[in-house]
Amino acid sequence: MSKPKTLFEKVWHAHVVRAAEGEPTLLYIDLHLVHEVTSPQAFEGLRLAGRKVRRVDLTFATIDHNVPTTSDERFVIKDQIAAQQIATLRKNCEATGIPLFDIGSGQQGIVHVIGPELGLTQPGKTIVCGDSHTSTHGAFGALAFGIGTSEVEHVLATQCVSQKKPRSMRINVTGQLPQGTTSKDLVLDIIRRIGTDGGTGYVIEYAGAAVGALTMEERMTICNMSIECGARAGMIAPDDTTFAYLKGRRYVPQGSAWDEAVTRWRSLVTDDGATFDCEITINGAELEPIVTWGTNPGMSVPVTSAIPNPEKARDASERSAMQSALTYMGLEPGTRIEDVTLDRIFIGSCTNGRLEDLRAAARVMRGHKVHDGVEVLIVPGSEAVKVAAEQEGLDRIFKEAGAQWREPGCSMCLGMNPDILEPKQRCASTSNRNFEGRQGREGRTHLVSPPTAAAAAVKGHFVDVRGWEYRN
Amino acid sequence: MEPIRKHRGVVAPLHRENIDTDQIIPKQHLKRIERTGFGKYLFSDWRYHPDGRDRADFALNHEHFRVATILVTGKNFGCGSSREHAAWALSEFGFRVILAPSFADIFRNNAGNNGILVIELPEATIQRMAEHADKHRPYHLSVDLETQTISDDYGLNQKFEVEPFRRHRLLNGLDEIGMTLLHEDDIARYEAQHRS
Repeated sequence: MSKPKTLFEKVWHAHVVRAAEGEPTLLYIDLHLVHEVTSPQAFEGLRLAGRKVRRVDLTFATIDHNVPTTSDERFVIKDQIAAQQIATLRKNCEATGIPLFDIGSGQQGIVHVIGPELGLTQPGKTIVCGDSHTSTHGAFGALAFGIGTSEVEHVLATQCVSQKKPRSMRINVTGQLPQGTTSKDLVLDIIRRIGTDGGTGYVIEYAGAAVGALTMEERMTICNMSIECGARAGMIAPDDTTFAYLKGRRYVPQGSAWDEAVTRWRSLVTDDGATFDCEITINGAELEPIVTWGTNPGMSVPVTSAIPNPEKARDASERSAMQSALTYMGLEPGTRIEDVTLDRIFIGSCTNGRLEDLRAAARVMRGHKVHDGVEVLIVPGSEAVKVAAEQEGLDRIFKEAGAQWREPGCSMCLGMNPDILEPKQRCASTSNRNFEGRQGREGRTHLVSPPTAAAAAVKGHFVDVRGWEYRN
Repeated sequence: MEPIRKHRGVVAPLHRENIDTDQIIPKQHLKRIERTGFGKYLFSDWRYHPDGRDRADFALNHEHFRVATILVTGKNFGCGSSREHAAWALSEFGFRVILAPSFADIFRNNAGNNGILVIELPEATIQRMAEHADKHRPYHLSVDLETQTISDDYGLNQKFEVEPFRRHRLLNGLDEIGMTLLHEDDIARYEAQHRS
């Protein structure tokens, strides 16, 4: 019998094109996703060197980062530089034959939302994209990671990446997540525990009863934020939940080929006896709703507690980081999280812009009104998510509550389009990064789950959504 | 890619950990379709007031540091977004070497692909270098990638290690795509075996 292997090792070994002592491994890529911001220089480099796209059939593009989210502006983009970047992607796709899921096609959306939605994301695949949140696709048992533009060019030209083999980590989450908590709270809690560089150099496999009980969309939220603890990738072994999600989607095998694929995918689990370089166990039953208070995703506390005091920092550098974060965020140590008031709410992004996220937010907002003075933006992750949400009437719930129902895109997660915070505005956001200026210069971001964001929209301040008064 | 063998330059310190790529190059500057034109936006939210004037309290605006080619900073430098624009901006500003206790994975690759040498050094060494940079303006470091040593004019002589392949590429300014295409046969063989 061969040596027991981890899920990661199985996918890695199946894609090795060349491995030589003292050199990084040349790894074959099964799916390359492309968007407008990180690709123009790669296509230009390819052209200058007289090289071609090696596998047009494994490359797919969409437009997500720059696109405005109002129905009139998304087709006529006022920002000329953004418009040029989008036009450049269209030209590059046309010249190379790469399929483009364009605005208005019915398939456009955030690249990490549409990959799974179209069934392009599949167990056992190697997937890259010039975007750090490519880790999302690991929820299907794929090995998926973000790359820079030079690497995008490298993949276009060679269909390979040159990678040093990462180390392996397993995070076991036991028990059952309590009512009112979500996989967003879980991943924020993980980042809080291991730190924003705790995963650097590792591929993390998430396992345990609490992870197995999650839906695919919940799993994607966890893998999505693996990069926020520095991990190269996050992975979850595929199971019946995975197969049920994928079955019948546009790009998955059909008929007997589907059955063969499922048989193959079932072997993509960590073998008993396989070892990890690092292993952590967390009791999922103790999870609470989490709110970030600082300027990186590791600076967070449970919603029931207070802004921490820098005096209690472990060392001088942590103290100074906490102090500077509190100054930027305009917060005082000791203030209860539930006393922090909000100006804006953003529900969307590749972390939490899927149908289940919108359902969870709508369930909280149904029959309630948005608090006076709070502006609420709800941005579906893709055109397909938008249509599905409207068929269920979620848009009506949001609009009746006083929220804005927008068109799909990355939107206020990074504010490359017109959706940004004003200086010093405070926002509860379902996105993935609370870095300084991320949502707009001097804007203040608190990362939370969709139900916590929706509850904050109604109350105007953070609340513990576990005690929410749901209405019909 | 410009090779880097021996480099002597002025050191600028940034006393901060976890500097993310959103700080290195804020998103409003990512819309260009060229690899150039990013240097003036390096750290722009920290470097300039909203009206465009220089902020006197930011290190790179001090006259001694404007000519810096070596950056000394805190752990986990370059975390967050995969934007290579961060490496382009650092390079265009003039940085050839970045020293920190640790770097984020994607940034490390992006830097390597743009001829920027990133070196991990113990926290205490970084701390001492940053203090020197603040005290002796200008503070110079000499970095020798061939012997993997770094020295200053005050007795520092420190060994460092860079992965052999990355070192080889940086020493010779080699383009990664060109190197991979030397193994075109391996790629074709893999494809032939796996084509369904």
